[in-house]
Amino acid sequence: MKMKMFFAGSGGQGTLAIGQMIAKAAMEEGKEVTWLPSYGPEMRGGTANCTVVVSDKPISCPLINEADVLVAMNLPSLVKFEPMVVPDGLIMINSSLVSIDTSRSDVKSVKVAANDIAAELGNEKAANMIMLGAILNETHVVEPDTIRKEIEHMFSGRKEKFLAMNMQAFEHYLSK
Amino acid sequence: MSKVLMKGNEAFGEAAIRAGCKCYFGYPITPQNEVPEYMSHELPKAGGAFVQAESELAAVNMAYGAAAAGGRVFISTSSPGLALMQEGLGFICSTEVPIVALNVSRGGPGVGGIQPGQADYFQATRGGYNGDVKIPVFAPSGIQECVDMIYESFDIAEKYRNPVLILADGMIGQMMEPVELPPQKEITPVDKISEKKPWAITGTDNHEGRNVVFSLRLVPDVLESHVEHMFEKYAEAEKELVRYSSMNLEDAEIVFVAFGTMSRLCAEAIEILEERGIKAGLIRPISLWPFPDKAFDEIGPKTKVVISTELSMGQMIQDVKAAVNGRFPVRLIHRTGGVVPSSLEIADRAIKHLEGLK
Repeated sequence: MKMKMFFAGSGGQGTLAIGQMIAKAAMEEGKEVTWLPSYGPEMRGGTANCTVVVSDKPISCPLINEADVLVAMNLPSLVKFEPMVVPDGLIMINSSLVSIDTSRSDVKSVKVAANDIAAELGNEKAANMIMLGAILNETHVVEPDTIRKEIEHMFSGRKEKFLAMNMQAFEHYLSK
Repeated sequence: MSKVLMKGNEAFGEAAIRAGCKCYFGYPITPQNEVPEYMSHELPKAGGAFVQAESELAAVNMAYGAAAAGGRVFISTSSPGLALMQEGLGFICSTEVPIVALNVSRGGPGVGGIQPGQADYFQATRGGYNGDVKIPVFAPSGIQECVDMIYESFDIAEKYRNPVLILADGMIGQMMEPVELPPQKEITPVDKISEKKPWAITGTDNHEGRNVVFSLRLVPDVLESHVEHMFEKYAEAEKELVRYSSMNLEDAEIVFVAFGTMSRLCAEAIEILEERGIKAGLIRPISLWPFPDKAFDEIGPKTKVVISTELSMGQMIQDVKAAVNGRFPVRLIHRTGGVVPSSLEIADRAIKHLEGLK
């Protein structure tokens, strides 16, 4: 198994964070993994993207020429990065912020109204957790239980008040 | 031992702390900012001191002073910052003071850009300091290697009483991979430093005489014998510190030579070439000085071309040519200024070089 994933959005959406959560979960499950962010003079609202490679074997290169999975958290990310998806690949689209579908006819696209659902659950900031659940639902790249443990760890101590909300957001697509 | 997912820059910091680093001096510069950030909150917890200096020039000279007093000292910067530190590094070599320095390099020259670069190869291996000086340089290509290299470098620096430089690049600094962290080394208590480092400036301790760390030697004969003494150490380093890894050398048509980020791309280019029916191999210098000349003796008779693959206009290629010594044609694949080529581009350009030989 080797899965090359590309996560793209704008700074503050938690796009790099969900890529990192998958990377960490894959490591906990004994898989090989690399996480590589784009970096630059960016800020909240600027572009933010990262590459995650998960594999059973050692990973030669953390940079990718093509992606099996693209997660597009906003419109510019979809337009810019849809050409890098392999034929029969998967594009996860945050349809709350992206009103169009992919122009590719040879890939599977899944629309997730991440911001809307998160807002309904009480906190739009958890849109990335909605998407994370949807990604696992589609790709099975890591086990949901591994992510659940991570979420519990992330939202402990002073942040415990955010735990229930984020867990609920993560579970939204998994329970479907 | 369980693994943790760490960014290269944080891994450098944590490994330095576990190696017993007592003092860190730095000044912010991308793409290594996570190093001072990490050291600022973690080093004091481990009983060490973090100082954000007012410039790289100040940082290197603070490191010089702290190391002369016997501390385990770590400094980090990125390309133009290392240029500012050159004078200090020369003095530190001359006075035989051990420190570990890290350069998470970016595109140059001048202030340049902030994306990954390897155009500091000359700056790292030749240096910009005056006089006859060598500094061991190691280049990691993955995060576990970042950890292992920093952890060992303090011992190397103290054995040779010389700086050791780690040359990484922006991609290595920014990316995350699982790592196993080594155990915490014991930090030498201040009152025991003079036992371990009898040359260090630790006060007179109620005995006669005192240690002086100095670089000025006005009598030519005296200076010459000091430099000859330094070169006896460097001769030993050339025997002891050569590090490299290699793959597929015995039956490769193309042999890539690449370090750091470029070696990761070459490893994937080798897979792409194999799918196209071309056998390629890789020499990855881990020590850039001393350069692993002997790795090139392993190249088999099927090899048609050796390709130095670099994120610069071609600097390491000089050492590659010297090591190949006319046995094979040597070519260059490069991008510079912070542009990182794809593994596909490397594979395509390698095929063009192969065809160009006919």
